[in-house]
Amino acid sequence: MKLNERSLAFYATCDSPADNAGFLYKRGERHTAYHRRWFVLKGNMLFYFEERDSREPVGVIVLEGCNVELCDSADGGFAFAIRFGGAKSRTYVLAAESQGDMESWVKSLSRASFDYMRLVVRELEKQLQEMSRGLAGGAGGPCKPKPSWLEQPRERLPALPSIPPKENGCAVWNNVPGAARPPDASGCGGHDEEGSPRPPPLPPRRRVSSGEAASAGAAVAQSPSTFCRLHQQYSQEVARLRQDWQQRRRGPRP
Amino acid sequence: LPAVPAVLKKRLVKLVVNFLFYFRTDEAEPIGALLLEHCKVTKEEENIFSISFIEEPERKYCFECATEEQCQEWVEALKRASYEFLRRSLIFYRNEIQKMTGKDPLEQYGISEEARFQLGAHRQ
Repeated sequence: MKLNERSLAFYATCDSPADNAGFLYKRGERHTAYHRRWFVLKGNMLFYFEERDSREPVGVIVLEGCNVELCDSADGGFAFAIRFGGAKSRTYVLAAESQGDMESWVKSLSRASFDYMRLVVRELEKQLQEMSRGLAGGAGGPCKPKPSWLEQPRERLPALPSIPPKENGCAVWNNVPGAARPPDASGCGGHDEEGSPRPPPLPPRRRVSSGEAASAGAAVAQSPSTFCRLHQQYSQEVARLRQDWQQRRRGPRP
Repeated sequence: LPAVPAVLKKRLVKLVVNFLFYFRTDEAEPIGALLLEHCKVTKEEENIFSISFIEEPERKYCFECATEEQCQEWVEALKRASYEFLRRSLIFYRNEIQKMTGKDPLEQYGISEEARFQLGAHRQ
């Protein structure tokens, strides 16, 4: 299967911050020997390089529909596995150099999927919508309103959701073309549109209204204090940032 | 959803998370995929949009849709398809909620210290 490898390599090596990076031992596919590789986690992609300063990754693991598990310490200490479901799936066994490293990797890998990120985003979107509805009801005064529903515990979003296993999402450079399976046909039809995240909202009130551009005017009239406050907050932030930046440009004071 | 690149090949195209898979219409296995990070989605002429990547901006992957409406839908969907876009949305919402309530909404899920959700670029 063809892949835009240059784009993948760019994503792996560009200076956007990584979500985790470090040396890990990776167990080979055919032999059980471990090879030390430099791993870089960005988004839902786990890249690995031969050396820390290699210009191109050796391979990538797409972290969708997988489970991250701890391994028996008999496997060589600080070992954990990335397991994919599906018929011809593969399990990647990795080992860290310390307990701390292992825990840090297991945590970051467990939350790396696009699906998980989308879950969290939708949850926050909902919260924001509910809050703006609460504010439009007339509580638009002080800076930190606390509608009563916020006090209730919200257990809906588990820290580590279990996603049903899907296909093996691995593609390896210069080897056997990627083992990525076609997306699940039944799930995909709905995925194309519903699957994509919505953009950050403009002033929260927009969602409260029926959505027509014309009614945005009416929405503003409903809670001008919210918008004014937002506007004021942003302008204060901008002013502060500008000040910081200008000071830094002038250089350190003698 | 049929899609036609510049050399007029009919393909079935599916957007799954931050990948755009494309298939020959009668096959179950994709013939290729595009990772949609650091890419630019542009509406071209009628029914046509293109995707180009930051490291090779002159190379355009062109797609022709059946209708203009479909074309607009795809452009919108693809613009928001990257993981990085999702991350920015999350940071935005988190910031907004924090400003309005004084509380970090991620605390209750125990993920507020997670590197991937940090507000600044102060990650490793």
